[in-house]
Amino acid sequence: MAETILELHGITKIFPGVRALDQVQFDLRAGEIHALMGENGAGKSTFIKVIMGVHQAEEGQMLLYGQPVHFKSTRDAQKAGIAAIYQHVTAYPHLTVAENIFTGHLKKRFGIVQWKQMYEEADSLLKELNADFDSRALMGSLSVAQQQMVEIAKALSVHARIIIMDEPTAALTKRESEELYRITRKLRDEGVSIIFISHRFEDMYALASRVTVFRDSRYIGTYDVNGITNADLIKAMVGREINELFPKPKVELGEEVLRVEGLSRTGYFKDVSFHVRKGEILGLTGLVGARRTEVVQTIFGAEKLTAGKIFLEGQPVKIRRPAEAMKLGIGLLPENRQIEGLILDWGIGRNITLTELKSFVQGIFLNEKKENLVSKQLAEQVDTKAVTVFDKASSLSGGNQQKVVVAKALGSDFKVLILDEPTKGVDVGAKAAIYEIMGELAQAGYAIVMISSEMPEILGMCDRIVVMCEGRVSGELSREEATQEKILELAMLKQTATEGSV
Amino acid sequence: MATKSGRTIAHIKQRSVGSVLLRWESILFLIFLAVNIVNYSLSPDKYFNTSNLLRGLRETLVSGMIVFPMAFILLLGDIDLSVGGNVCLSATVLGLVYNASGSIWLGILAAVATGTVCGLINGLLLTRFTELAPMVVTLATNILYRGISEGILGDTATKGMQKVDWFKSLYFGKLGDIYYILIIFLVLAVIFGLVMHKTVFGRQMFAVGENKRAAKYAGIGVEKIRLIVFTLAGFMCGITAMFYCAKTGSVMSNAAEGYELDAICVCVLGGISTAGGKGTLPGAMIAFFTIALLKYGLGLVNIKGQIINVIIGALLVVVVMIPTVQDLIKKHRIKK
Repeated sequence: MAETILELHGITKIFPGVRALDQVQFDLRAGEIHALMGENGAGKSTFIKVIMGVHQAEEGQMLLYGQPVHFKSTRDAQKAGIAAIYQHVTAYPHLTVAENIFTGHLKKRFGIVQWKQMYEEADSLLKELNADFDSRALMGSLSVAQQQMVEIAKALSVHARIIIMDEPTAALTKRESEELYRITRKLRDEGVSIIFISHRFEDMYALASRVTVFRDSRYIGTYDVNGITNADLIKAMVGREINELFPKPKVELGEEVLRVEGLSRTGYFKDVSFHVRKGEILGLTGLVGARRTEVVQTIFGAEKLTAGKIFLEGQPVKIRRPAEAMKLGIGLLPENRQIEGLILDWGIGRNITLTELKSFVQGIFLNEKKENLVSKQLAEQVDTKAVTVFDKASSLSGGNQQKVVVAKALGSDFKVLILDEPTKGVDVGAKAAIYEIMGELAQAGYAIVMISSEMPEILGMCDRIVVMCEGRVSGELSREEATQEKILELAMLKQTATEGSV
Repeated sequence: MATKSGRTIAHIKQRSVGSVLLRWESILFLIFLAVNIVNYSLSPDKYFNTSNLLRGLRETLVSGMIVFPMAFILLLGDIDLSVGGNVCLSATVLGLVYNASGSIWLGILAAVATGTVCGLINGLLLTRFTELAPMVVTLATNILYRGISEGILGDTATKGMQKVDWFKSLYFGKLGDIYYILIIFLVLAVIFGLVMHKTVFGRQMFAVGENKRAAKYAGIGVEKIRLIVFTLAGFMCGITAMFYCAKTGSVMSNAAEGYELDAICVCVLGGISTAGGKGTLPGAMIAFFTIALLKYGLGLVNIKGQIINVIIGALLVVVVMIPTVQDLIKKHRIKK
């Protein structure tokens, strides 16, 4: 058995009012990929920040190669050979790849930057990783997957022996993920130890030899990946068994509510048509870059459309801005809920009532008592985990933030609800709750359009599935005929034609 | 749908003494008291003399009118540096129209119309071309508006507005002991405060200032609100120009210089963040009266204007550091 190179014991981190970590332990062996899993808010990110010296633990001990260490800052951690690649790439988009790789440790001689040497070294690092771009490319021109590769190159440039990856696959397509797997395995074979955080079970199975689970700021256990099942892990992560994750109830489908015909927006998508009926959940799926989000943003009036028609209950409608869409009864729960869906600095109550302020007006003033009461009821309706309606939205976990966004939509009188990746970045428990709410909404007569990249929820929740590929609808499948393989085939229809192989 | 887990969420705010004391407005009020105490001890027999005090306050009220619209603009995360030039141009127009027509009413109307149009121009530029930075656009229009005024007036001044008694009394007239302008100022403070904190429009302004994208997705007409607020600022410049003419009776092309920075200074001291979305109008009002009384009190003991500026500047630096110090105290407490 390989030696243990990093060990943490009894780590406790206290933030105002909460124990973000409570007596947590962890160990990492040389040349190992160790997965770290847990629901959102389980303390994974805080734990990483303690290792990296961003936060200092109140209690506990950290041993690196058997020696106790105390990192006061990220610099200390980096000097000790630990590098982290965060979920959201923290790069300088206007600088070149090489400049990003060498940020903080530019190659200098007599105080002058050695550009040639830097570009050469950067290129050789990129070559090692099989990158398909040049070190002189601008960071901002790269895809997320490529930017991550730059981050990995950056870690290699400081000769990191331990690399922490925080949800690196969250924004990647399947193929990009596989490329990342390849690189990660290569690093492991070269003796680098890797802590891999992910919500995806497939990541863990593909890479890790051991997995550690955190729940509610506590350490639950470390298991060998060999022989463990999804059910075991879910149980460890949520402390209960989830038997039915996708409970779309049987709903009698009603009249057609929304129909779009030949929607086009130059440079984004072309000739997109679909319809959705009362009580129906329509899935809109495809790979990253299929332009699903752009389609629904256009329907919602947040972007301009160049051609096509929108019909609501059989009548043609013009939608130029979100306010008009909402007036007609079309609601959108945006993908990027922290930027488009919520005002993070506001209480959840004010977030919920923002779209329907007019209904709280008495005379000319807002009746805040009534407002608070209604927002409380809506927040409770979706079972938000919060103490008061004044709790800041930023203080909630991803899943509960999503519930607040749903509650906000429930406050309006919508006929059509468009949910863009409603369970992205949401933990298992909150996911089930969101599916349940969606089922109830369908029963209540909403027509629902759900964008999702997650195959199980598309297959489990949707009555019909529209698959998009590079800005066009490539096919439509009924619930009965849909399978994972058929969806993927449609989603890659165009790519197979242009690239020859998948 | 019923609550599934039986969890309830409170909807009535619990206010603790600590949280009230830590509010920015409370701290400002303490500073306000301190300023009064210092002023009083410097000149005990003169400071609380009502007529002196009111006259001292009145000095600051004309430029103070700009604080109201500036609070709205900062709240949106915008800025308007053109208000000084706008007031100057509006006042110039007032004088010209009055002298040409002989009607002060026509003059006022023309001034308010000029101010409003200037504000509308700012608003249209910024909302039609959203990529433009408000600081740059209004810096340019400030030069433009004042430049037009300079072009019209040259080295001369337009005068004679104080010949109309009732117009002059807009600034000098009193109801009992209280100047009309102070009453108008306080009424405006109440109106702007209510709009900001108690109406749908006010809440939407806060939303726009916090997060324009979220506001847009919530169906709020972000650009419409910005256009309205910039136009309103222009309208208030017209009103301010009216009081300016009543006060001075003549207008030169350097009129109302620095009004924009005075107003921004008061708003920031009052806790209205230039990043948008934060602050209260009562806070801005406490800050306004603190600075006004400080100027008056220091003036009483014959401290020169320039020195007063040094003191106010230094005070500002100290005061804007308070939130940082507060955070440190909070962190310290939590550690314990």
